[in-house]
Amino acid sequence: MNRQAQAVVLLLVGGAVLRSSLTDLYLRYVKQGLRPFLIAAGVLLVLAAVVTLRYEFRGGRGQDGHDHEHGPRAGWLLLLPVFALLLVAPPALGSYAANRTGTALTRVSDFPPLPAGDPARIGVLDYASRAVFDAGRSLGDRKVRLTGFVVKGADGAPYLARMVLSCCAADARPVKVGLAGDVPADLEPDTWLAVTGRYTRRSVADDVNGETIPYLDVVDLERVAAPTEEYES
Amino acid sequence: MAAGDSAQPAVRGGLRGRVGSVEVLAAVLVLVVVFRAPLSRLLSTPGSQTWTTVFVSVLTQAIPFLVFGVVLSAVIAVFVPASFFARALPRHPALAVPVASAAGVVLPGCECGSVPIAGALVRRGVTPAAALAFLLSAPAINPIVLTATAVAFPGRPMMVVARGLASLITACAMGWLWLALGRSEWIRLPHRPELDGMSRWAAFWAAVRHDVMHAGGYLVLGAMAAATINVFVPQRWLRALGHDPALGVLTLAVLAVVLSVCSEADAFVAASLRDFSLTAKLAFLVVGPMIDLKLFAMQAGTFGRRFATRFAPATFGLAVVVAVTVGAVLR
Repeated sequence: MNRQAQAVVLLLVGGAVLRSSLTDLYLRYVKQGLRPFLIAAGVLLVLAAVVTLRYEFRGGRGQDGHDHEHGPRAGWLLLLPVFALLLVAPPALGSYAANRTGTALTRVSDFPPLPAGDPARIGVLDYASRAVFDAGRSLGDRKVRLTGFVVKGADGAPYLARMVLSCCAADARPVKVGLAGDVPADLEPDTWLAVTGRYTRRSVADDVNGETIPYLDVVDLERVAAPTEEYES
Repeated sequence: MAAGDSAQPAVRGGLRGRVGSVEVLAAVLVLVVVFRAPLSRLLSTPGSQTWTTVFVSVLTQAIPFLVFGVVLSAVIAVFVPASFFARALPRHPALAVPVASAAGVVLPGCECGSVPIAGALVRRGVTPAAALAFLLSAPAINPIVLTATAVAFPGRPMMVVARGLASLITACAMGWLWLALGRSEWIRLPHRPELDGMSRWAAFWAAVRHDVMHAGGYLVLGAMAAATINVFVPQRWLRALGHDPALGVLTLAVLAVVLSVCSEADAFVAASLRDFSLTAKLAFLVVGPMIDLKLFAMQAGTFGRRFATRFAPATFGLAVVVAVTVGAVLR
């Protein structure tokens, strides 16, 4: 690949990174904290491309017979993520990935009081941790409202799930909560729901890894749009 | 339709001499845009969609670190005089190894950045043993990674100590092993356009461009492998392997290689693998930042294939042995 082609590839990679980090697209793949670094990296890549093209068109080195300098062949591969980002822009991980991995809770021992409000809005991970490791003590009889997407278990029963990220979607792990009570039977996987309910002692073992999946006694359930940030952390 | 015309000779291949890469690039871009609809359909099954998401995620996460590492290595190549490293490191290679390993503390980032930096150090005349020790230790013992480990293993500060210690020991041992057995002809740094004779800034940008294209290309290769393993190896298999202690250690060590999770996140992944012993998790944390699929691809690209096929298995074996030993001592 000669220098002009390399510059174009750099421009495309930088442009793809900038496009995903200046919009909310990047939130499908990484955490919010990475945004300034993504923007900086995108700007640097575009700058490298522009500087290369400027040197080329000023003819500084292009005319001295080294025009067929063999750039790295591996560089062609950089086109793949550009196509994936600009043309396909795959969605955030959903029920397919959540079904293949067992629910993942990290043991915590410190449970601050629930936030104010009725119902209290908390994360799926927060609810599951309080239910499993605190036996629901810090939940008490309060109504809580969780937002997540539908996952169908092997038995066809619906679960509410949320993917948890610590870095990027490659390390995403699902957290699942069973839905007890009056739940419509026609919930399609990947439908986003806001579920209001109370703690129940019922739980089940995840058939993938044997971890505990707590249940929520559903009082109210509504379909909602997917949030901008589909992952919890 | 200039791009369409040039696509035909490019495909035939025999005329490559006359068809430049710009024409090939234009043809590829046109083809992808034309066939966008069928390509998107192909990628819309849940499995391939998940694959694409993981592939893009690994790259999105790695690109800032890659660019940061490449810029730093270009600074080393262009603005830091070789005499600096001669003064900063002990003259004797055997002493330079532990100093370089400990210097890994100051590079906050993950492993994608450290490969081009180590390459730049070797080019700058740093003894390969010291540069390699730095390459192995930097992603594992920097403050960000150790903090993440502490957060992922609450109430187990020994996990952080064990990780730092085992990584440092492995990095030093690999450096010394290189001094004892390594041959310099195994390392073949890729041909890079000659930087001498250019103005400093021209040389800087030329180094950045070359390294991003090169290391970035290999990173893409590694991300593809990692996404494939991530999506197609079901977690159910792991559960059965976790209950045997020796098999558990080996399983997680291999898993660290194939999953290629960034070193800032691997502690959280390890903590979520509940079926495995703490020693097995330690092996996962020590092996992962030193050798995984994307690192192997990048090492092969930066130092040559003959180097990587020897260095990677040695690193893997040594990291497992050290992790198990440290795990047993600190239990």
